[in-house]
Amino acid sequence: MSDDLDAWLDANAALLGIPVQPEWRDAIRLHLRLTRDLAGRVMEFPLSDEADPAPIFRA
Amino acid sequence: MTGFAWASAASIAAAVGRGEATASQVIEQTLERIERRDAVLNAFTAVTADRALTRAATAPQGPLAGVPFAVKNLIDIAGLPTLAGSKINREHPPARADATLVARLEAAGAILVGALNMGEYAYDFTGENSHDGASRNPHDPTRMSGGSSGGSGSAVGGGLVPIALGSDTNGSIRVPSSFCGIFGLKPTYGRLSRAGSFPFVSSLDHLGPFARYTADLALAYDAMTGPDADDPTCTHRLDKPAGASLTTGTAGLRIASAAGYFRAGAGPEALAALDHVANALGATRSIELPEVARARAAAYVITTSEGAALHLHRLRTRAQDFDPDVRDRLIAGAMVPSAWVVQAQKFRRWYRDAVLRLFEEVDAIIAPATPCVAPKIGQKTFQLNGEEVPLRPNIGIYTQPISFIGLPVVAVPVPQPGGMPIAVQIITAPWREDVALRIAYDLEARGIARAQQPPE
Repeated sequence: MSDDLDAWLDANAALLGIPVQPEWRDAIRLHLRLTRDLAGRVMEFPLSDEADPAPIFRA
Repeated sequence: MTGFAWASAASIAAAVGRGEATASQVIEQTLERIERRDAVLNAFTAVTADRALTRAATAPQGPLAGVPFAVKNLIDIAGLPTLAGSKINREHPPARADATLVARLEAAGAILVGALNMGEYAYDFTGENSHDGASRNPHDPTRMSGGSSGGSGSAVGGGLVPIALGSDTNGSIRVPSSFCGIFGLKPTYGRLSRAGSFPFVSSLDHLGPFARYTADLALAYDAMTGPDADDPTCTHRLDKPAGASLTTGTAGLRIASAAGYFRAGAGPEALAALDHVANALGATRSIELPEVARARAAAYVITTSEGAALHLHRLRTRAQDFDPDVRDRLIAGAMVPSAWVVQAQKFRRWYRDAVLRLFEEVDAIIAPATPCVAPKIGQKTFQLNGEEVPLRPNIGIYTQPISFIGLPVVAVPVPQPGGMPIAVQIITAPWREDVALRIAYDLEARGIARAQQPPE
């Protein structure tokens, strides 16, 4: 996964139409890095093609 | 009966029922105390004094007769805009009706006295709020109340109301319970109706009560259960009231203590509280939750992405009007690739199946609620596993993997020598709130768990 947090931020801000101010960028980059690292742990877990998601918990 | 500040809801209802006090006396005293004490705690964003006094004058009856309560301001109160801690929602029209849970508590005789401060849009573990100011910790007003139901923790822990309602998506009932030293119940996902509340992450949102006594938690919970056609996620199950088995003790229950992940980052207070509870319950068995760090990561990814999707149009047009700490997290969340979210949802099923298998061997698992006692208001980082980490994303490391699969939890406060409380989670199988409440009641009866009255 790309380490270029600025490219990620700029592309998505433009795509989604979010007016990111320069003074917000440090905090957004921090959260992007954190989310990317956590998602990396989720993505490396092997699941079958047939695995069903569980978007709503049922006992 | 004089002095309702630290009285239990049960004792207030009993006094009102026996005619030793009137609902009007209870409400007048409560409003007076809120007026005086909320200047310090900043727990309330609205006090519904006229409504409460009018209702008290009708002498309401029931198991919660005359008992004052207040609700996190993401829960609808007829006639008020539902803020959800935001500036933007202040422009919303007033709610036309009370939320289901407000109506159910009032049907049991309770009396609503106001709306409570919270972290903006519930994306918060601190209780801070740039629009309304931070709600403050009753044990030390320079410290956080915890979030996002910070006002709920502060109001109950500070003796302003005996019962409050909050919401918990990743820990927002359990974290303020821990920081403010009170009991909190996050029921099974789908147990209590969410109709008339402002959402955050639909597949993770729960509502539930806070109280200073387990018996009050059970009273409030039992008054609120039951199907609701206005909430499609609300269960149709009709289980026995939890109050019926509250005092039956813990003999025969198989209770294990969570190990590994749940001890790794825990500070000394969290470990001391956990071990104290484990010893008291004879929980000699340690248990590892499978892939729990990954579960927390998956809950994080789903939350930030779904939460951001909910608020995307506001981020595009009103970004300046958000609390900056919440805005920057939500903007990052809007940029999460969908494949990450889908994988997180698939992993969720795997994890749920694996954890449910554990409940074939145990009836309850105990774990810390927070890694530390309440940090100072304004603090941005804290020590976790010997590393300095951002505070907001990490206070919920022990609560997130549990709500991720909707398990019921009672957070029980364990007083600490330093004066700041911390809570332990009593986690049970789906729909077994009764077992978690029984264990909490037993711990409280034996003096192990206790909501301590803070000095004023």
